[in-house]
Amino acid sequence: MGRLHAEEMVLNMGPQHPSTHGVLRLKLRTDGEIVSHIEPVIGYLHRSFEKHAENLEYQMITPFTGRCDYLAAMGSEHGYAMAVEKMMAIELPERVEYLRVIFAELQRIASHLVAVGTFGLDVGAITPFIYCFRERELILDLFEMASGARLLYNYIWIGGLAHDVPPGFVEKTYEFLDAFDERVAEYNQILTGNKIFIERAADIGVMTPEVAINYGVTGPSLRASGVNIDIRRTEPYSIYDRFDFDVPLGQGLQGTIGDSWDRYYVRVLEMGESAKIIRQALDQLPVEGDVKSAIPRRIRPPKGEIYFRSENPRGELGYYIVSNGKNVPVRLKMRSPAFSNLSVINEIGQGWMISDVIAILGSLDIVLGEIDR
Amino acid sequence: MTEQEIYADLSSKFGDKVIEFMEEGTLNPTVVVDAGAIAKIVTYLKDEERFQFDSLMNLAGHDADVETEFSVIYHLVSTELKHYITLKVFTSRDEPKVASIAEIHRTADWHEREAFDLYGINFEGHPDLKRILMEDDWEGYPLRKDYVPAEFYRGMRIEKVK
Repeated sequence: MGRLHAEEMVLNMGPQHPSTHGVLRLKLRTDGEIVSHIEPVIGYLHRSFEKHAENLEYQMITPFTGRCDYLAAMGSEHGYAMAVEKMMAIELPERVEYLRVIFAELQRIASHLVAVGTFGLDVGAITPFIYCFRERELILDLFEMASGARLLYNYIWIGGLAHDVPPGFVEKTYEFLDAFDERVAEYNQILTGNKIFIERAADIGVMTPEVAINYGVTGPSLRASGVNIDIRRTEPYSIYDRFDFDVPLGQGLQGTIGDSWDRYYVRVLEMGESAKIIRQALDQLPVEGDVKSAIPRRIRPPKGEIYFRSENPRGELGYYIVSNGKNVPVRLKMRSPAFSNLSVINEIGQGWMISDVIAILGSLDIVLGEIDR
Repeated sequence: MTEQEIYADLSSKFGDKVIEFMEEGTLNPTVVVDAGAIAKIVTYLKDEERFQFDSLMNLAGHDADVETEFSVIYHLVSTELKHYITLKVFTSRDEPKVASIAEIHRTADWHEREAFDLYGINFEGHPDLKRILMEDDWEGYPLRKDYVPAEFYRGMRIEKVK
């Protein structure tokens, strides 16, 4: 009698919510301000990529892969091209390998810039977002120079590249790198050490290594929990074994290892490491070499199957391809990193306030295009 | 540990539940196992000290042809020992069912829902098996080779793609 009866309320966040990074719906079960259960509802951007792939020739799939993770199209194309090349045992010219690494790492910086900027935006810092997009713009200029497109490139083809980079590309990339290190220092000044930002991100949504591995979380989100797994290092593909770079791990500098702040800061550090790799690749870039010489006339991988994984900005991007010897795959599954990364949100988001769920979601850096495919 | 050694260990432990070892026609050597025993085998691989397969990289449904059985492929890796194994199960077209491993590897939760959504494979013991990418009231399983695209969805005409 006279007792207050508090009921749980179900709250829909999204699908049209600015901080859900696309079209995502989170069904929150809330007890007052505290979230007791999160159920992500996905599929709003489903474009049946895998069904399309079963009806397209191998080289026609390349543009589709870029449209899955549209913030890291070069990475998706690179992974796909490498998977098919491995099936067909194609040897690439050195120049192609170097240019691919340069583009993949530029893409990693561009993608992390969006991640860092939008995470700031999610927790109320608007200025860093503009700063990040300023630098991303310079990278997109480089991509435009090489491929003619700013977002979806169709540049990395099976067996090579669509065409060589134009004169002046290397110099312009050096220019970008020279300016970039100072810019990272600016982000650190404006966001990383910002008191309000730390209050919003540190100790929030802590992900233990066991939870991360069990849920298949990969990429910077996994490394922020202190797990030293970077596919570029643990099973080097392409020519990543030739470069000297560090794998930044979460250290809990502002709170606990594996909190939202760590996930943010690992990305900031990774941008610097990518810049290091690009610089080395530019230094070693062979001048001679026809980027189209290894492109096969007919793409018909021998009968068989492969699972090939590579390190995309968001984590482990895997392609499972089954071929029956014809020019169209029987099955192509894309194991997208953000798909598994998002599934952990109920585990790490429970018990936090609604506004913290936004911060946790922002720190996971998802792209709905590759989740829904 | 090589895949061959893992296969030898598994077949001595599980007997006829471990069906064969496939090296031909795949770049990831594969152990074919019984669909009902997959959960036990995956648990064993995860818990044993010498395997430590703690991470499921990928789980994919597959339909090779309209006349063959469905299959489900599991790609496992050990983050500690850095070795790999690929498992494969077959299940009938009429009544496709496979034991769920969602409680063992949480990654499998959504991946199994995806395979259920696109192939109609029932994962027995899954905590919440429902569609994930398609609409809840979608009819049919789109990635099956004998799937006929629907003409209408809730009264809306679906455009034909040539």
